[in-house]
Amino acid sequence: MMHATRTHRARPVPFSSRPSLAERVGIPYMDIGLLTAAVGLIGFSIFTLVEATRHDVPGDPYFFVERQSIYAVLGLIGMLALTQIDYSRFRELRVGIYSLMVAGISMVFVFGVAARGSRRAFDLPFFSFQPSELGKLLLALALAGFVIDGARRGSPRQRTARYLLLGLAPAALVFLQPDLGTSLVFAVITLAVIFVAGVRWTHFAAIAGGFAALVTVVLVLAPAIGTPVLKGYQEERLTSFVHPSVDPQDAGYQQNQAKIAIGSGQKTGRGDQATQTRLDFVPERHTDFIFAVIGERFGFLGAAFVLSLFALLIWRALRIVTLSKNLYGTLVAGGITAMLMFQVFVNVGMSLGIMPITGIPLPLMSYGGSSVLATFLAIGILQSVYMQAQLSQKGGDFL
Amino acid sequence: MYLRAPDDRRPQMSSGFALRVALMGGLALIMFAVIFFRLWYLQVLSGDKYLAEANNNRIREIRVTAPRGEIVDRNGTVLVGNRTSLALQVNLQKLARGVEARRGELRRLADVSGLSLQRIRREMHRQLLELPSAPVTLRKDVDYDLVYYLQEHQADFPGVVVQRVFVRRYRHGTLAAHLFGNVGEIDSKELKDPRYRDLVPGDEIGKDGVEYEYDRYLRGRAGATRVQVDSLGRPKGQLSVVAPKPGDNLRLTIDSDLQGAGEAAIGAFGLPGAFVAMDVRNGQVLGMGSVPTFDPSIFTRPITPSQYQSLVSEDTGAPLANRATTGLYPTGSTFKPITATAALSSGNLTTTEPYTDTGSITVGGITFENAGGAVNGTITLPTALQVSSDVFFYTMGLRMNGTLALQKWSRRLGLGRATGIDLPAETDGLIPSPAWRNRLYRQKLTDRPWSAGDNINLAVGQGDVQADPLQMAVAYAAISTGKVLRPHVGMEIDDSAGRVVQEIAPPPRREVKIDPSYREAILSGLHAAAQSPGGTSYQVFGGFPVPVAGKTGTAERPGQADQSWYVVLAPYPKPRVVVAVTIEQGGFGADAAAPAASQILSQYFNARAKPVSGGTENIE
Repeated sequence: MMHATRTHRARPVPFSSRPSLAERVGIPYMDIGLLTAAVGLIGFSIFTLVEATRHDVPGDPYFFVERQSIYAVLGLIGMLALTQIDYSRFRELRVGIYSLMVAGISMVFVFGVAARGSRRAFDLPFFSFQPSELGKLLLALALAGFVIDGARRGSPRQRTARYLLLGLAPAALVFLQPDLGTSLVFAVITLAVIFVAGVRWTHFAAIAGGFAALVTVVLVLAPAIGTPVLKGYQEERLTSFVHPSVDPQDAGYQQNQAKIAIGSGQKTGRGDQATQTRLDFVPERHTDFIFAVIGERFGFLGAAFVLSLFALLIWRALRIVTLSKNLYGTLVAGGITAMLMFQVFVNVGMSLGIMPITGIPLPLMSYGGSSVLATFLAIGILQSVYMQAQLSQKGGDFL
Repeated sequence: MYLRAPDDRRPQMSSGFALRVALMGGLALIMFAVIFFRLWYLQVLSGDKYLAEANNNRIREIRVTAPRGEIVDRNGTVLVGNRTSLALQVNLQKLARGVEARRGELRRLADVSGLSLQRIRREMHRQLLELPSAPVTLRKDVDYDLVYYLQEHQADFPGVVVQRVFVRRYRHGTLAAHLFGNVGEIDSKELKDPRYRDLVPGDEIGKDGVEYEYDRYLRGRAGATRVQVDSLGRPKGQLSVVAPKPGDNLRLTIDSDLQGAGEAAIGAFGLPGAFVAMDVRNGQVLGMGSVPTFDPSIFTRPITPSQYQSLVSEDTGAPLANRATTGLYPTGSTFKPITATAALSSGNLTTTEPYTDTGSITVGGITFENAGGAVNGTITLPTALQVSSDVFFYTMGLRMNGTLALQKWSRRLGLGRATGIDLPAETDGLIPSPAWRNRLYRQKLTDRPWSAGDNINLAVGQGDVQADPLQMAVAYAAISTGKVLRPHVGMEIDDSAGRVVQEIAPPPRREVKIDPSYREAILSGLHAAAQSPGGTSYQVFGGFPVPVAGKTGTAERPGQADQSWYVVLAPYPKPRVVVAVTIEQGGFGADAAAPAASQILSQYFNARAKPVSGGTENIE
């Protein structure tokens, strides 16, 4: 086996007389690269927020920093907790998980708080919780289970259709909130899981064709016959990156401002001289456009550093896809990896003016409890896959 | 291990699975490559450009307009000052977006401002065509009530601002209205003029008169406050302040008392007319007026087309026209001293040559008669001027026909071309010549070629000749001093502290050689015409305490009553001032123009004429 050599790495002896705290939480058994990338990213996120949001909330310079730190700590705890569990148990719980996800997403239609014309979150005592963020992870866990479970039922075509239906149903629910960006993430996770599961290439060709047809209908035909599917601002956002605008109300303007912010950072950044992101030219700078803040404040060096951490994260995640002890782990890890890749590319691309504005957070960088928690939990699952693979190699279970 | 069902065991990495994972990895690689290259392009290759854009974004320059300099008369009396006014302006780019929202906003604005919606639209449209980027001024002098209302309801009126602006204030009403010219926003054509290269849309410049002519002094320099703003344009701190530099003051050569006296004198007849009073030593214009006149403050408010029409229409006498510099009139007998100068200097006449005036001469079958059928007997040049013998000067015209001496000397003395006064509106006038008329004849614009009769008519200021009072004043001054002056109404530029920045003293355009004996003969004739019994204006100037030399003129204009002229040099024999007056349809020179000139000179010398009897009875 190509990964057999990994087991030669020196490791603490299990059941040693006095395990350290690090040992007790399992850090030595995790994928250190993945852990480093995750911790580095959340650390840099907090550092960036310290600099960028000092004057955002009058009288409380650390409003966002404090909250993001709490989310980070909660996320880390959640991640460590998940690493202790064999993810394979989630396969059995797939129906429950799937129901929980659909229920959670549906609940916002009833109890959700509206923000900027969209109901995406519940108000909890300390923060507003966005079920669709956690839903991404739940979808990967449930769908992977369904794929394995249904592998012998029906023709290949029926199976593909069933998986697609299972994945795209919650995506449609999210789309109706409306949250176009997150619904696209759901779709990407679905596609990734069935891709890794080995669905036929011809089916993918059909799916691609269907997607092209859908885009045509949504962007061209539906508005033409007077029943637009997308809200005006959504369509504008999706198409505006090809035609920047000078109107501050337009999405194209925001994107152009983000581009100016990043460009003006040059090689080493403008630090406190940053104006684009400090004077509100770039909207949503602590959430969706945080990469513009990094680009302006820390320049190419800072942005490249963050991208390197993401590259490390995705490299380790992809590696875990190949290491998993069972197909379920492979599919779950594949879904999570695709989710991370998609979010990073779309979010950074949006700030760089090469992707449309879709409101997708940058994992572990953007401010926001739901996103940070969900991403940490996803990484916890990846770590669990990794650790279970290590254990199966050794043929033992030390926990 | 638990949970390991047979179908759950991951198969050996099949080649299909490896391919799929490799594809994902490849996708990730491409994705990061794209992002890195894009980042490199934005930050390293185009960083300078984006940095400039970022700076551009956050810095707003708020222009602080400078008050224009004041215009004062030669004694320092302020004629044109400034006052501040609150102007209601609309910034087209910042108006409510969307057709409906914009219509609603404009309707609300119409309601609160008292302007009609139609008028607002028209103003905006007009301005949009001229200068799309400048704010549109809808109304000046808005009430504080409206200002407060707009401030309280700012959210309902995006793009509507009330700006404090400087507005010209004319302290003496219509006094010297024709000289100042109006001030207005620079238009797109003017913006390209190098004269206005530091200006931006919305700046005000002088459009006419001395406001135009001395604009670069009067204008001042706008200041600028550079502020850092956020994306909504809210100020976030000042970066630098450059205080506006008020314009320099312009001191005119005009004496407001004389100006007032002149305007009153020519206005007394209720007829269109004009006057000029000029210092013959240096070309300083002491007074210049034209009736009918207008209120210059009309231009400080947006003017309607019908208002403007009434200022330039023939029906209302075109009050906007300055007849002193743009009138195109035959001059009548006031031309005779010019004819005399030409005849003497060209050797066609001597100062003592006796000439027998039989009351008429016949040339080419046409008989030219003295006005009123007078017969003056044997006379010399001074007497011919005193009694204004037409036959004498007809003969001079006849003698000079074919030599162009009369045309040459007329032009040399400053007729037939603009005097070069520091006012933008000035006409050339016309001295008819054989070449001119023959060209018109060839072009079939007239029914006959040049003939001796044309020169005969020109010799007495009738026919095709056209001149304005300013040109006549310059010509008389040239006869008396030998210098063709460049008249000017600007005297000096003073800075706001009162220091002289620049004196305005243009040199004479040229000197003309006139034998002193000729000059003496002509001036003595003019003196006799004014102040010796039998002179044409003796009844007006006979009792005037200062010796003067003046000539009446009664110009025939087709389809109109005769035009009254008077040009006078004073004091005789060493004149300091020349006054030229013309009253359209005023009749004989001695009836309208001469009394007006007398009033102006009374003001100048601070003296009053005593009534006399005698003199020729309105005959020329």
